[in-house]
Amino acid sequence: MVKPRFLILRVAGTNCDQETQWALEMVGAKTERVHLNEFITRRKNLSDYDGLVLPGGFSYGDDIAAGKVLANQLTYRLRDDLLAFVDQRKPVIGICNGFQALVKSAFLPGGSTLQQATLAWNDSGRFEDRWVYLKVEPSICPFTRGLPEMIRLPVAHAEGKFMVKHKKLLESLERRRQIAFRYVTPAGEIGGYPYNPNGSVAGIAGICNPTGTVLGMMPHPERAVLREHYPDWLREEELVNDWNPAGWLIFRNVVNYVS
Amino acid sequence: MKPRVQAKEIEVLQAADEQLVFLSQKHLLSLDLVEMKAVKKYFTQLGRNPTDCELETIAQTWSEHCVHRTFKALIDYQEIGCQWRKSEKVICLKEISQVTKRLNKRWCLSVFKDNAGVIAFTGEWAIAFKVETHNHPSALEPYGGAGTGIGGVIRDILGVGLGAKPILNTDVFCFGPLDFPPEELPEGVLHPRRIFKGVVSGVRDYGNRMGIPTANGSIIFDPGYVYNCLVFCGTLGLMPADKVFKEVKSGDLIVVAGGRTGRDGIHGATFSSASLKKDIPPSVVQIGHPIVEKKLLDVLLKARDLNLYRAITDCGAGGLSSAVGEMAKGLGAMVHLEKVPLKYPEMMPWEIWLSESQERMVLAVPPEKEKSLISLFHSEDVEATVIGQFENSGWLVLKYQGEIVGQLDLNFLHQGLPKRKLKAFFQVPESKSVFLENTDWKETVVQLLCDPVIASKEIVIRQYDHEVQGQTIIKPLSGVEQAGPSDAVVLKPLSDSLAGVVVSCGINPSYGQIDPYAMAGCCVEESIRNLVCVGGDPCRVALLDNFCWGNTADPELLGSLVRCVKGCRDFALAYGAPYISGKDSLNNFYRRPDGSAISIPGTLLISAVSVIPDVRKTCSSDLKRPGNYLYLCGETRDELGGSRYYHLFHCQGGKVPIPRPEESKRVMKKLYQAIRKRWVKACHDCSEGGFIVALSEMVLGGTWGAEVDLTKIPGDNGKVETCLFSESQGRFIVEVAQEHQEKFEELFHGLPVNMIGQVIPESTLTVRMAGKELFHLSLGEIARAWQGALSW
Repeated sequence: MVKPRFLILRVAGTNCDQETQWALEMVGAKTERVHLNEFITRRKNLSDYDGLVLPGGFSYGDDIAAGKVLANQLTYRLRDDLLAFVDQRKPVIGICNGFQALVKSAFLPGGSTLQQATLAWNDSGRFEDRWVYLKVEPSICPFTRGLPEMIRLPVAHAEGKFMVKHKKLLESLERRRQIAFRYVTPAGEIGGYPYNPNGSVAGIAGICNPTGTVLGMMPHPERAVLREHYPDWLREEELVNDWNPAGWLIFRNVVNYVS
Repeated sequence: MKPRVQAKEIEVLQAADEQLVFLSQKHLLSLDLVEMKAVKKYFTQLGRNPTDCELETIAQTWSEHCVHRTFKALIDYQEIGCQWRKSEKVICLKEISQVTKRLNKRWCLSVFKDNAGVIAFTGEWAIAFKVETHNHPSALEPYGGAGTGIGGVIRDILGVGLGAKPILNTDVFCFGPLDFPPEELPEGVLHPRRIFKGVVSGVRDYGNRMGIPTANGSIIFDPGYVYNCLVFCGTLGLMPADKVFKEVKSGDLIVVAGGRTGRDGIHGATFSSASLKKDIPPSVVQIGHPIVEKKLLDVLLKARDLNLYRAITDCGAGGLSSAVGEMAKGLGAMVHLEKVPLKYPEMMPWEIWLSESQERMVLAVPPEKEKSLISLFHSEDVEATVIGQFENSGWLVLKYQGEIVGQLDLNFLHQGLPKRKLKAFFQVPESKSVFLENTDWKETVVQLLCDPVIASKEIVIRQYDHEVQGQTIIKPLSGVEQAGPSDAVVLKPLSDSLAGVVVSCGINPSYGQIDPYAMAGCCVEESIRNLVCVGGDPCRVALLDNFCWGNTADPELLGSLVRCVKGCRDFALAYGAPYISGKDSLNNFYRRPDGSAISIPGTLLISAVSVIPDVRKTCSSDLKRPGNYLYLCGETRDELGGSRYYHLFHCQGGKVPIPRPEESKRVMKKLYQAIRKRWVKACHDCSEGGFIVALSEMVLGGTWGAEVDLTKIPGDNGKVETCLFSESQGRFIVEVAQEHQEKFEELFHGLPVNMIGQVIPESTLTVRMAGKELFHLSLGEIARAWQGALSW
């Protein structure tokens, strides 16, 4: 069987590319980490790949706003290629900074060429790294199928508060089942800080486009592909029970989707 | 009319002694009269005056910061007891480096020579580790100073051997108390809270943007750091074992890569070698730009793997002058300063040469690789420029637009510095017990948990991305809600191997106020103890030493430094842990307007790194299951001197803790085995605050309770305050499942290890003495005290 070929797109300031590559390779993908300049200068072609991941980091230093400069690069340098990629329903995953860029370039939530949502500064006003509980919503995204109802993943960001331009958009995201993950309490309810680590509206942690094949999320699945990645993996109950790390499940779904 | 950019001649030949001293002050050279006279003598032989470029190059090469004059000085040292007096000659650097020589570990690959120490990891991979200080800049401009501090040590790792990939940052800070009365601050000194927030933010914004997890550290608060804060930044790197060494060859091109050169950070090396005072020019502080360094990091590692250069080093203190000067050692170099890319035009040649602008590396590139290297760098938007060539001349020649602006014999530059001869003494304190008439144990424990030195640092830890790179297996916070502290960090740096790297630190300046020798022992012990708690191998530990001291021109302060160095030597030898790198930052004192000096408490930071074969055989500090037994390993003694308990009651003196390496080593080796066998469910060491603070932290992490009886504590268990608060070294609280009780006790047979109690399902910590309850604390009470003390 031919392994699906995944591109991990790198720019100045990308910093989760290596572990994202490891995660994809663990679940059977062939991967390349390539600098955006290679595509702008046409030394490489996006169409040669089966899937694309925009990993976390501080693209271009997050100058102006998180992911903003990368969003402009996607809009003005890569738009047609990326649109074609999405139209062919090839998977595109934006994690953390990648999510911020996909939202600011209007690839998410999609359906418009104008930016409709944003990821603003955390309500706490600072960068925070912590593990969160996520409710996996019954969305149209194929990459979250078969996941447990609740999962845990780490977030690490300063600008992760999901906000929408109009209330109507929120309703439409709900109706079209484009909400992939929500921050919840250990009991599974929508809660306040620190369970909702940034103050996102309706606890939204990840969304997909109307076809479900473009997924953006603030939490980092690539940091939860080993059981030993979990912050309490040494506790008895975690050691004894049989379970698969949530990040591993998500990446496996993405790669299986292509295969 | 534009001023002509050129080198200036500086009159030295005709200068009398007082003029030489004046010259040194005027140009911020930080050279003393003996050194200025050596300069004069050299140029008298040449029959000409030096240019500004030459004088500045000499000053920075000879600066305390770069050449460690005091650590290399021959010190006539006297130790004075109440009835005796002992004299010896000491060279501090030799005392430290002889430890490594004598231990002669095969796995020490590169020590003391390069930008960082390097040890073997797996067969194919090696680990580099370096810790630096950035104290003076952080006191003047906390955010920028701390940011460039971390930026600088990251470049040390990029510049070790042929370059390592940074995989971990560490940070240790010493600040004044956050509630220091502002009206007592002298003019020009920033408030500790401002420094605290600025420094943390600086490390956060630089480290996070570099994509390097910051996952180990410590924060100390003491009035002694109000005038001079301390900022220790460390970086650990991963590198192929065949890229540990570099060699410049004659004919190699000198390439400067990364950021452009500007007027920021001029005289950083010489300024950081002197005391702080009012009215220091702001230009001495560098300005950092992490994204530039991140681009440089990415492309450098690519170039390394393509073998596009033969040697590399970072531009740190002293800028190009230091980097090129170091690399040209044993050869020679010709530099064309007008080729250096500048932030703005019309910089003086000496400014270009000395500027400490950040994010620059210098490479030695074989001419045939020039094209590939430059085009690779450009493909990722990084500037790289040929500025000269290494040549086998023995001379460092600086040209600007064709004219020679400096020409120095490298032998003189690197060997011409007159060796210092210094005098020092230390009065060994008398060690006497002091007891307090205290009976309110519960209130005392709560107050200790609120002590900012002890309290949770979660507010800081969470601002650092401690999980980026996906390698952090034991994270800085552990337990059910990740609220409990971890003793050390464990990384799994390779995707295809379970091998792990364990990193920890030890610091306790309070002990040094009584006896720096004991402090050194405790720092060495604590760092190793912390490693062992999480499953590190006590027989495979490498150490880094960082000394921060006050005014070492004072023979008494210098004496305390020598005493500390001797402790570092003796205890590292006793534990069998070699030093692989180190750094000293002296002259951390503030010069009051009236001329008097306030020095920091002599401070030693020991950082430790260990390598383990399997990251799954590790351990955390949170209590795991009710019913499990609790053991205390190691003897408790009346050692309350310098303790947080004494500090709470403003009590001076007392017996300072002193490690007992032989016993401690045996306990640690057994513990390492027990953790690997999974008999140990939780492990935490007793350090600041003693036994009771350590146990409270374990309760907090696990959210279960515990019942203990102090009469079972091994050692001197007659007095409650000794049992609860003594900071005796070599002690671990260990949780063991009932089914492993026998095997565990058998393993520790003959060692001071006793069962002291049990984990209980109720969330309460109950302390008894001979069966009678002394006090109890609820989980809520512990959490409120420990987690609420440090505010942002």
